Amino acid sequence: MATTALDFLPAPLRSLRLKTKQQELLLRVSTLALIYVLAFAVRLFSVLRYESMIHEFDPYFNYRTTLFLSENGFSEFWNWFDSESWYPLGRVVGGTLFPGLMVTAALLHRLLRALSLAVHIREVCVLTAPFFAANTTLVAYAFGREIWDSGAGLVAAALIAIVPGYISRSVAGSYDNEGVAIFALLLTFYLFVRAVNTGSLAWALASAFGYFYMVSAWGGYVFIINLVPLYVLVLLVTGRYSQRLYVAYNCMYVLGMLLAMQIRFVGFQHVQSGEHMAAMGVFFLLQVFFFLDWVKYLLNDARLFKSFLRITLTCVITVGALALGIGTASGYISPWTGRFYSLLDPTYAKDHIPIIASVSEHQPTAWSSFMFDFHILLFLFPAGLYFCFKRLSDATIFIVMYGLTSMYFAGVMVRLILVAAPAVCLISAIAASATIKNLTTLIRAKSKSPQAASGKTTGSKAAAKGAVDQSLPFQHNAAIALLLGAFYLLSRYAIHCTWVTSEAYSSPSIVLAARGHNGGRVIFDDYREAYYWLRQNTPPDAKIMSWWDYGYQITAMGNRTVIVDNNTWNNTHIATVGRAMSSYEDEAYEIMQSLDVNYVLVVFGGVTGYSSDDINKFLWMVRIGGGVFPVIKEPDYLVNGEYRVDKGAAPKMLNCLMYKLCYYRFGELTTEYGKPPGYDRVRGVEIGNKDIKLEYLEEAFTTSNWIVRIYKVKPPKNRS
Amino acid sequence: MATPLPPLRRATTTLLLVVLVAVLASTARADLVISKADRRVDLTSHIVRVLASLKVENVGPDPVSQVLLSFPNIQAKNLAAIRAFGTEGKVKGPSTILPIEVVEPSGAPPELTFFSALLPKPLGKGKTLHLDVLTVFTHSLQPFPEEITQAEAQLVVYQDSAHYLSPYPVKVQTLTIRLPGGRVESYTRHPSAKLVDSELKYGQFEDLPPFSYLPVIVHFENNNPFAVAKEVIREIEISHWGNVQITEHYNIAHGGAKLKGEFSRIDYQSRPYVRGVSSFRNLIARLPPRAHSIYYRDEIGNISTSHLWSDSKKTHLEIEPRFPLFGGWQTTFTVGYGLPLQDFVFYSDGKRFLNITFGSPMEEILIEKLIVKVVLPEGSKDIEVSAPFPTKQWQEVKYSHLDIVGRPVVVLEKPDVIPEHNLYFQVYYKFNNISLLREPLMLITGFFLLFVACIVYMRTDMSISKSSPSYLAKLQWDEVQATVQKIQGLFEQCLAVHDKLEASLRDLSRTGDVQSCKAARKAADAQFKELWKELKPLLTSLQSSPQSYQIWPKVEDLITKEREMQEKLMTRHSTVVDSFEKKLRGQDVENRIALQQQKIAALRQEVESLLEYISEI
Repeated sequence: MATTALDFLPAPLRSLRLKTKQQELLLRVSTLALIYVLAFAVRLFSVLRYESMIHEFDPYFNYRTTLFLSENGFSEFWNWFDSESWYPLGRVVGGTLFPGLMVTAALLHRLLRALSLAVHIREVCVLTAPFFAANTTLVAYAFGREIWDSGAGLVAAALIAIVPGYISRSVAGSYDNEGVAIFALLLTFYLFVRAVNTGSLAWALASAFGYFYMVSAWGGYVFIINLVPLYVLVLLVTGRYSQRLYVAYNCMYVLGMLLAMQIRFVGFQHVQSGEHMAAMGVFFLLQVFFFLDWVKYLLNDARLFKSFLRITLTCVITVGALALGIGTASGYISPWTGRFYSLLDPTYAKDHIPIIASVSEHQPTAWSSFMFDFHILLFLFPAGLYFCFKRLSDATIFIVMYGLTSMYFAGVMVRLILVAAPAVCLISAIAASATIKNLTTLIRAKSKSPQAASGKTTGSKAAAKGAVDQSLPFQHNAAIALLLGAFYLLSRYAIHCTWVTSEAYSSPSIVLAARGHNGGRVIFDDYREAYYWLRQNTPPDAKIMSWWDYGYQITAMGNRTVIVDNNTWNNTHIATVGRAMSSYEDEAYEIMQSLDVNYVLVVFGGVTGYSSDDINKFLWMVRIGGGVFPVIKEPDYLVNGEYRVDKGAAPKMLNCLMYKLCYYRFGELTTEYGKPPGYDRVRGVEIGNKDIKLEYLEEAFTTSNWIVRIYKVKPPKNRS
Repeated sequence: MATPLPPLRRATTTLLLVVLVAVLASTARADLVISKADRRVDLTSHIVRVLASLKVENVGPDPVSQVLLSFPNIQAKNLAAIRAFGTEGKVKGPSTILPIEVVEPSGAPPELTFFSALLPKPLGKGKTLHLDVLTVFTHSLQPFPEEITQAEAQLVVYQDSAHYLSPYPVKVQTLTIRLPGGRVESYTRHPSAKLVDSELKYGQFEDLPPFSYLPVIVHFENNNPFAVAKEVIREIEISHWGNVQITEHYNIAHGGAKLKGEFSRIDYQSRPYVRGVSSFRNLIARLPPRAHSIYYRDEIGNISTSHLWSDSKKTHLEIEPRFPLFGGWQTTFTVGYGLPLQDFVFYSDGKRFLNITFGSPMEEILIEKLIVKVVLPEGSKDIEVSAPFPTKQWQEVKYSHLDIVGRPVVVLEKPDVIPEHNLYFQVYYKFNNISLLREPLMLITGFFLLFVACIVYMRTDMSISKSSPSYLAKLQWDEVQATVQKIQGLFEQCLAVHDKLEASLRDLSRTGDVQSCKAARKAADAQFKELWKELKPLLTSLQSSPQSYQIWPKVEDLITKEREMQEKLMTRHSTVVDSFEKKLRGQDVENRIALQQQKIAALRQEVESLLEYISEI
């Protein structure tokens, strides 16, 4: 220990010796500070590997809006009508987004500017997610301390700092709502649990503000507004109702609801949407409960109270059911949305909403990705649940419920692993911390007894030992072995997390990297090549048609108007684009003329072997297009239920616009040695239609690795 | 000519008119005669360079102090640079650079622009002067046709006069036009015209009057990169910590014939020098030696296609834009690099000065508008600029990291900048080295204040209501904790005394010194008494505190245990000493104290665990 080292110091220095309390505080603070730095630093792999840039798709929209916000101020931003997207519809940006992220980044930027640090808003955006991830570790520490003890809090902070499930959405450059939302989510939960534990209005108020921040940042706030009432309900049922709970929930719900209504995108949903009704129901239930409690206290007669209870309950339930029924029937209360249904029922989206099902991150989670994202936490989680049940309190009930529900949702949708990650970390931290604490107490107790009897005769030693030694044989060694095992597991976890972060989650996905044949790194920067070409060499008012995945990137990097983008609010419009892509060229030309399209952009991986290209996404275009326009029929593009692009492909497939644009003049190119020209390296076949003639479009630009191809729509011919 | 060129022809006719007018108007300037004029026109790149070697003879009676050079306005408006070097005498010796200014001689035709080269000393009667005039023109090669497809070569048209347009009579003259090679579509036929390889010659012409003009037109293939920068902003930031940071923002276009029809990647990729011959895909920059931290990016991020070679003499940077540039295409990018301070900033006469080249390091690039910004460190004063050519100048302020008043920025703007303008210019300023420490000191103060604030926050009582029960309870609790801490310290001392007693016993068995052992016991006894005395007030205060209800029983327990242990220790000690004096056998002594020994060990264990328990509260 540090104290023994201090004993050798000269007398004046020895007076600086810290008391145990101070030592512990110093250790705790420095550990936390290290964890804070670690959480930030581990997320910088992407900057080291690539550069300081925005990743993926949605973050580009967030970046663009943040840029707008920081340049034009808040009121302009709030009233921004964006004519560059969803042409010709446009988008009311202020009313259709969660502004939390943008406002946070803009405020951070302004703060840094005020401290006279001349940083670009892009760097602020790139580092927002790591910064908030680091803050999340602090919240996790406080939360862990609240539900168990400060040791568990420290372990939780360390676990959450590097858990891959969270890192996947919070590396530098991943400038998305989730980056700040997980912080807000955990903060709200922590403050609420704290409010329940203390019954203090101040904490409940703080948790309402946390909830407000969460609502402003991410649509996932629905999870809070359903989990908290569920938790209150469980406490009521298990007989843990208390004044503290009453104060905490009422304050948090009422204030949180009022605050949340200030967000335009959410508006009056708290009182009008079916997804928020559970919270309201529990709110009224709490009032009834409180009322009954009071009446019981006044009546002081069990029989009388029983009949009173029966009457009240019947009345309340009838009134509640009536209100809900009338509200739903009259359309005042909107029914649950498709997204909500698809959360509760994993098969719902597949049958009813292809646009949700088409996104890969909305797929049900595979076991391997659980293992990949949680590693040993997957085993520590049940152990932690055991410890929680062993020491049941209001706080542990909350974390158990949070853990179980979020685990279920994580199973339904890949991206919700993110929501489960903090809960899994906290519960696992309880397991790890409690186990290690038990083991170390064993070891310390053992090591002390021989010390106490040292230098004495064997007889007295044995007698002294008898007083403390009621333990099992080999307990000491077993404890050491178990400790070493725990240390080994945790270090494996750290190694796994670092590896996953550096290899899997730090790719910006806009720049692709591959290993060359001589082992060097080859960079495919085709996306930016194409977007920059659009930005520089097309008229400023050009309209670009592409599949919706690339919409945000085109508007942000290409600075051009797009027909559809990643904000998939208008299914019909997307279906129109899907229909154009899957029609013959002349039909597509009419659609494009009606949409005033100047350029068409397709993504094609046949040359490089980049598999997430438009040909592989094409069936979703057909499905989404066919969902609105029955002219498009999926079987037309399949041969015996099989999707193929070679000679045996369906004739409609070989002549639809998407096929033509992707494979235009591809038949002349030899992609791989020893293969015929026109060999598609993604599908691994020789293409079926090598003689593609375009009548209404012409090739405007193709990037150096053919990943992005841009075609110009020719102006209509003169009528003669 | 193979194809009619209506605009050019119109220009030619106007020029002929000009010539007629000019011939009529010019009578008075016949003192000088150009005895020989050789002109070489270099058309290999898109920047046209004309070198005229003139032999000027003064045939008049009076010495002449200036030589007039004339250009038709249509050429003069594209003139980017003009430079004259003169040598007096029959043989060519070391030449001097002559200052040049625009003049408007009386009676001069308005269609001509006149420049005057001022001679260092007047040219005497009958003397000759060798005059080399270098003129550089931009935008003088007109693409024709104006739009070509990807596979076509780019054809351009150049027009000039085969006769040297001069206000003086010219005796003997020739014109040589160097072409880049490749196809020559057509050129103006003339008996003296001769095309050998890629050189077109006109002349020799003899005894021509002033203002002779013979228009010639060349239509030829030129696929060299027509790199035209619409605007370049070059920012030079000086840091006296040892770095000159240069950031250059380019907006570059291909100024040649525009691309029509489609761009086919497969054609370009399979035969780039045939299908895409008019395009260019890279630019070369020659940076100063020891350039470091070079980056190349644009608005949407880093561009990974660039190559760098460097040695002790130069740094050679080859950059490729994201896409090849075809006619009419454009792109923007930023290049930045750092240079060592001592290579560019010097000190003389109490002033520092920056000495650095003006133009861009890119090869063969025409910059239509160049803005050079020199950012001096915060606190620079008395700023002066000396540039080798006229520029528009003004000052700005830039705010960078940790700036309070901002850094003074000198801005120089010049249109039509060509590589010939890559001359050194100087910015003089005064700067005190103490100012260097300002920013680190600011940081240090900031952090210091932060820590002070933390300390103040931890040490001061921030509660608003000093009489609320929770506040009082907290105060009491703090007091209890402090007391417990003190008590703990005392007990630790007690334990230390115990150890001393034990040690004295061990000494006894080793040395047999009974007296010192007794003395040790006495001392320990005194110490115990002292400690109890100290402990008493602490215990009473702890007992009286309402917050100590949890700890008090433990402390009480601790005290009884400690008392008991002390007693036991003392008795054992005296027993051992007694038996030692009585010279009892070791075994007997052991037997006598065994029971006490056990008790003491157990007690000590309990005391220690109690102490630990208390410290954990």
